[in-house]
This record gives sequence, C-alpha cells and structure tokens, in this order.
Amino acid sequence: MRKFILLSALFASAPVSAQQAMTDSSPHADHAMSMPMTEGDAQCPPEHAAMGHCTPQAEAVTPPHAGPSAAALSGPEYAADAVWGAGAMEPARRSVYAEHGFMNTGKILIDRLEYAAQKGRDGYSWEGDAWYGGDYNRLWTKFRGEGAAGKAIESAEVQALWSRALDPWFNIQAGVRYDIRPKPDRAHLAVGIEGLAPYLFDVNAALFLSDRGDLTARVEAEYDQRITNRLILQPSVEVNLAAQDVRSVDVGAGLSSVEAGLRLRYEFVPEFAPYFGFEYEGLVGRTARLARAGGEDANRAKFVIGIRTWF
Amino acid sequence: MNDTTLGRRSLLRAGALGLAGLGFDMKFPAWATTGSAGLRADMPTLAGEDIRLRVAHDRFSVGGRTGHAITINGVLPAPLIRLREGQTVRLHVENTLDEDTSIHWHGLIVPFQMDGVPGISFPGIRPGTTFTYEFPIRQSGTYWYHSHSGLQEQVGHYGPLVIDPAGAEPAAYDREHVIVLSDWTFLHPHQVITKLKQKDAYFNRQKQTATTGEMSVAERISWSKMRMDPADISDVNGSTYSFLINGHGPNENWTGLFRPGERVRLRFINASAMTIFNVRIPGLPMTVVLADGQPVRPVETDEFQISVAETYDVIVEPTSDQAYSLIAEAIDRSGMGRATLAPRVGMTAAIPPLRKRPTLSMRDMGMGGMDMSGMDMGGTGAPAMGGAACPPEHAAMGHCKPGQPAAPMHHGMREKSLMPPTVKVGVGVDMVSAMPVDRTGDRPLGLEKEPHRVLTYHDLAPLVPFHDKRPPTRTIDIHLTGNMGRFMWSFDGRKMNEGAEPIRLERDERVRVNLINDTMMNHPIHIHGHFFELVTGQDHGHPIKHTVNVMPGGIASFDLTADAPGDWPLHCHLLYHMHAGMMNVVKVRPMDDGEAA
Ligand SMILES: [Cu+2]
Repeated sequence: MRKFILLSALFASAPVSAQQAMTDSSPHADHAMSMPMTEGDAQCPPEHAAMGHCTPQAEAVTPPHAGPSAAALSGPEYAADAVWGAGAMEPARRSVYAEHGFMNTGKILIDRLEYAAQKGRDGYSWEGDAWYGGDYNRLWTKFRGEGAAGKAIESAEVQALWSRALDPWFNIQAGVRYDIRPKPDRAHLAVGIEGLAPYLFDVNAALFLSDRGDLTARVEAEYDQRITNRLILQPSVEVNLAAQDVRSVDVGAGLSSVEAGLRLRYEFVPEFAPYFGFEYEGLVGRTARLARAGGEDANRAKFVIGIRTWF
Repeated sequence: MNDTTLGRRSLLRAGALGLAGLGFDMKFPAWATTGSAGLRADMPTLAGEDIRLRVAHDRFSVGGRTGHAITINGVLPAPLIRLREGQTVRLHVENTLDEDTSIHWHGLIVPFQMDGVPGISFPGIRPGTTFTYEFPIRQSGTYWYHSHSGLQEQVGHYGPLVIDPAGAEPAAYDREHVIVLSDWTFLHPHQVITKLKQKDAYFNRQKQTATTGEMSVAERISWSKMRMDPADISDVNGSTYSFLINGHGPNENWTGLFRPGERVRLRFINASAMTIFNVRIPGLPMTVVLADGQPVRPVETDEFQISVAETYDVIVEPTSDQAYSLIAEAIDRSGMGRATLAPRVGMTAAIPPLRKRPTLSMRDMGMGGMDMSGMDMGGTGAPAMGGAACPPEHAAMGHCKPGQPAAPMHHGMREKSLMPPTVKVGVGVDMVSAMPVDRTGDRPLGLEKEPHRVLTYHDLAPLVPFHDKRPPTRTIDIHLTGNMGRFMWSFDGRKMNEGAEPIRLERDERVRVNLINDTMMNHPIHIHGHFFELVTGQDHGHPIKHTVNVMPGGIASFDLTADAPGDWPLHCHLLYHMHAGMMNVVKVRPMDDGEAA
C-alpha cells in the first residue's frame, strides 16, 4: 500500500480549494510572495483581467514583442552537428525538412462516364482530369469526348497543363489542348483558372487559342448539394463562347452554347458513385442559326446514366 | 495489497523480449492484457538501468482483421518502461526494419542529442543497427515514447513510460492501470495522407447535409460563402479508425480489475495519431492528479478531453461490486474506445450511445472576440465573452482599437492585414482569425452543453509551483495556419519544408509564447525538451505542461524558461498535420560546450 501524502485532499468535497488552503496558509499571502507568477502582471495578465478571469494584483505589464537577443543568435546553427558530426546529420536534416511538408500526390478523376438517352440516336460521353504534384505546382491533364451510339467518336479533346496555386482555393493553369476529333484535328494554347469559389461552387474557366488563330472560351460551374452524406445532387452549367466564327466546327461568334445538367449520385464510397440525371444542351445565336441551316436541332435534352469514380 | 482473490486470468505475458519470435498471435504486454489486475511489481515490466527495445515489422489484429504493424518487442502498445527518478537509464534500440527508425521520449527532460528526432537531435537509427540512448531521469510521472520517423507512429510504434518519484507519490493509490488510447487503421498511413490531399475532408462521413444539422439557412449560406464546413472536426476518424484502449478495440473490451473501495489510479496516455478523445466513466467521478506527468491539485470531474500526446492521471474510487464502462469517445463522435473496469473478468456495464457530432461556431472561426448578439451566425458554440471585444493583446496585434467597435463584421475570414508581416498569408492559409480570444477556460469542443462537470485548463493548478518565478521578458506570437482543402498545415504560413525561420531563444531567458489558432481545427502543440506554464490567469497558478490543445480560432499562451540548450522540435502532435508541415525548430543558445561535446 502506497503512502498517502495528500489523502485529505482527495476526500475533500472541493478538492482544489481544500488543497489550496492546505499548501498556502492564506491565498492572499501567496500573491504577495511565494507562488509562481506572483509578479502581478503574470499572475493576472490584462487579457484575462479584461475577460473577467481574474483581478490584477499589481500593475500589469505585458512583455513586449521582441526579436531574439544577440546571445540567442550565437552559434552553432545546428546543435546536433557538434555531437554526431555534420556528415551524419546533414542527410538526415535534409530529409526531415523535406518530409514535413513536401509530398507529391496524384489523382485520376473520371467525373462523368455516361450514356445519354435522347431523341434520335443515343449518345455517350466522358469527362475527367488527372493531376500529379505538390501543393503549389502540378501537372494537370483534362479530357472529354462524346459520340453517338454505334458511330465514330464525334469529339474528343485532351489538355496538358501546368497548374500553379494562386490562392488557397484557385489554380491558374496553362498549356495545350489537342482536339483529336472532329477531323481535321486542331491544337490550342490553353490558359484558365480552376478552383472552389465562395458558396462552394466548383469553377473552371479557360481561354483557347487554336492553331488557326481562333479564340474561344469555356466556363463551367458545378455545385454538390449533399442530401445525405452519400446522396448528392449536382447541378452544373457550361457556357461556350467564341470571338469569331469557327467554320470548321460550325461555331458562330459570340455565345455559342449553353449546357445545364442535374445529376443525382450515390457515393457507395467517395471513390465510386453511379448517377443518373438530365442534361440540356442549347446552341445559341449564330451557332444555333448555323446548326438549323445545316438541318440539325439547336436544342437537345438528354437523360443520362453513368459513373463517377476516382483513385 | 493482495489481489490474488481477483482470479486474474493467466494470459500471455509478452511484456519483454521473450515472445517476439513466436509467430503471429495477438500479443499484449501484461499491463495491456484484458483482465489485468494492474501494474504490479512482479510483472515483466522493462525497468532498471539497461533496457532493450527491438523495433520490427509485425502483424496486428482488431475487430477480426489483421494488418501490418510496427511493434516494439513484439507487442502493441509497446512495453511499459518503468523507471525511477534519479536513476540513469540506457535504452538500447535495435532497428530490424528496412527503414530508419527512432524513439522520442515524450515529455522527458533529456539532453537534446538524446531526444530522438532524426535530423534535429540525432541522425536516426539506421536499419540493422542498435542505438543506445543514455540519460539521467530527472522527473517523475506518466509519459510515453514513440517513433519520430515518417508515419511509423500510426502503425503501432508507441508505448507508455512511467517514472516513480524519488520521494513520496504526490497522489496516493492502491492500484494502478495504464490506459493507452490510440487509433488504428488498416489503410497504409501514406494512403491516409494521400486521400487527405486528394479530397477535402475525405474521411468525414458526417458532413452537414440538407437533411441534417440544426443550422438555419442563413447560417448555412454564410458557412458556404466562407468555403468552410462546420462539420470539419477530425481529419481522420472512425470511418477508418478503430479506437483502441491498451491495444483492444471496443468489442475486445479491455478489462481492468479493481476491488471495491480501492483508490484506483488510471494513467491515461493519448498515443493516437490523430484522435482527440472525450473520456468519461459513467457513474464514477474522476479526480485528476497529474497532467502531462506533472502533479496538479486534485480536481474532481466527470469528463475530460485529452488531446493527442497529453497525459492525465486520475484517481477513481469505485465502492460497489459492479462494472463500469470506460468510454473514450472521438471528438467528432465517429466512434469510441471502450474498456471496462470491473471487480471480476467478464462483467460489463452499459455502453452509452455516441453523442451528436459537434458543430463549429463562429467562435471556432476566430470570431470569439465579437459581440455575437444580433449575429445570426454562430452554430452551437459557447457564447462570446462580453467585454473582451478588444483586449490589449489584440490591439497590440493591430486586430482592433480599444474603445472602438471590434473588428467590423464586413471584413472577411481571411483579412491579410490582421496578420503581422512575418506571417506569410499565401496558398497555405485559408483563414485568419479576426478576433481570436484566449480559450483555455472554454469547455472543449463539443462538451459545451454537457450537464455534468467537464475539465478545462483553468481547473488545473500546479501542486508544486514552477521553479522559475521570473516574469517573461518578451512575447513571441506563433500563428497556427492551414488550408483545409489542400491539407496544408504550418506555423506562420510556412510549412517546415519551406524554410521557416527557427524560433531562437537565449539560454535561460523567459518568454511568453502566444499560440494563435488561425484555423478551425484543434491543434495539440508540443514542445520538446521543456515544460511550460500554461497561462490560464488563474489565482491558483498556471499548470505545467508539455502539450497544449489550442482550440479552433482561439489563443493559448505559455511561459517558457529556455533552460535546455540545443535544437528542439515544436510541432502539432496530430501526426498528419506535422507531416504536412506543421513543425518548426526551437533553438536555445548559447550551447554549454561541456554538455554538447
Ligand atoms: Cu494540427
């Protein structure tokens, strides 16, 4: 059985105050003399006094903000070198610094891989991106494409971008975009920003300058509304613009198309979610007129079903 | 003391080296074996002047699954090391891994070269080699030890360390149990951090949704405007973790024995990688007698929050012949560790259901100094303190002007002008606390409204006054910064790898350090090689600690005597926060040449 030094304190109904009374004959005496932090200011710093936590016992002084003294700056820079030798410490030091904060990671996201039921021939499409890198700089690739069931791929593009973090939420991205379909293939310079806007909208806006000198732009936004932790409703919108007519792809100058979608997905795990939804695509302005002149519909409504996955 | 009547089961006693080679079976040290009668003199505890520890790849099972672990002497948690104040110890650590390892003696006052942090205190322990730590034991209390290499701590590389005082025990007891809390995942720790980098709040499966939560539409809109989730409590949680008590999952139900009427000392150690626990034993009040190994004036409570790397010793006095559930609930309520205290093996008590996930408030967003009346934001947190709108330390930081209204509502959640120029408000900083307040007196996150007693730092009073009674002569501010979405964590906006300027202290100088939390997460901040006095402003004195949990959007201040020359890590003890960059080095100079050479 161990000896009870403070036995009575443990039985006291108000242990703290009981203990206080035991060790200090008078709580006021200890302010004046023996306790730690009795120098008034430290015992009751002004910020606590201001919060009503305590009453200052003496004139309060908050120590000033100041840099290190000359002695604090005296060497050696690395204390352990003197014990273990700089040769042994240097590689370990380099790795401990790198290990705490530097890390390359990557992600491949198939945001949409879907089948579209629509008027006429059904269609299919895919869209996603992948990145690799650290917190600031990443290599980024984006890909998308679509086609009609039983026919060749109508459009397919891939982008290769260097991505640089702009602020906590946004990245600026620059690189090239290559359209494999439709033929003839085209290459573009691409520059854009991508990130999370206030109110939690995922935003992606990019400008493209093609090898034929055509300037176009694309703006996408989507929002994840969690209904439960697994069931997520995602409205999305995409707008395409052109600075001039791009005859080879039947795009007219100005606002060329608007897409609006609503997808409901179920995340069995965050990495895997099937979904279904609707999407509306409308050609606008000169592009719509070009389409109608070519005997095509300017509007299209689709019922989509697909899979979202990442790893 | 006579406990043979308790019918202690003879189970595996793998406290020391002996069982490491027996092949896979669940192996626990004797103190961590279920049905333990507590620490006893005849247990195969590691003690004495020469202690051998062998770090090895191993297997660990919980909940019916088995995965890869790194263990010491073949057990998880690692063996109990029991030392005596005043002795000298040599700890021979053999590394059988194919990678470097290390052991840091958490909370121990040692020469810096024995502190065990690769690249800062020593070169690390290479594969296939044995390193001998040697240092005098100059303190007593409950501590622990763990790897400081990579993410080894997540896979089992941690154990308890108890030091008996040279003189009398500050708090009397009849029986003692060590209670090691930890978190276990079958994911590889690199996968854990990869997921965190890939997807914001990947592990949170309790997000606020359209169909859950009590927030008004206006509050929801204001949180989404800030691009923050008021449900972001723990980065890694029960969606992947099994919460362990002495290496046992909740269903394995580790049981510690007592005899009714005894005073039972429970030495709680939070050895988790990422989990802050709320600890309670329904029906049994707990008297806290030590915090971080240092004696405090006994204070009775019904529940306490133990942040990662903290230790609390409590004494309980069960008087009746019944079992009690010991509950360590994760702070985000995504799961619990559960054990049983009982007079006999096999007895159990009711397990309280998990409580509701806490929701962050504007106080957790650094708006604590604002008068909240009239604001329709705020969640369920504690009300703001009146009269603290512009305390002097904030005025000094330029946060506000005394006598004028507090920082105006229209400034955003990331007002760069509120930060001193030494803080880099860049990609890695998604929030600046506009009006942070001292939160050491706040009830911990999620326990604001519990009807029973909840321990706060203000309740802790040192039993023995700190030896250095000089007031601090200068103040240093350290901002705890981060980017939730990109999972970047740092001090003053600079991750460790970004070349943060070390914190330079003159030997024996006394400084006040303000830890200002510019994030909406709790951060247990730990300094190596020193104890500090946590500035609570209480008349009963300031508790002496090695780790302080800085609440979201709040301030915690400590006074430090820089009496240990050398280089010492200062870091967040959430393993993945540290790994993501929330670490720096404190350099105390000049060196004592006689000691360093
Ligand atoms: Cu942290």
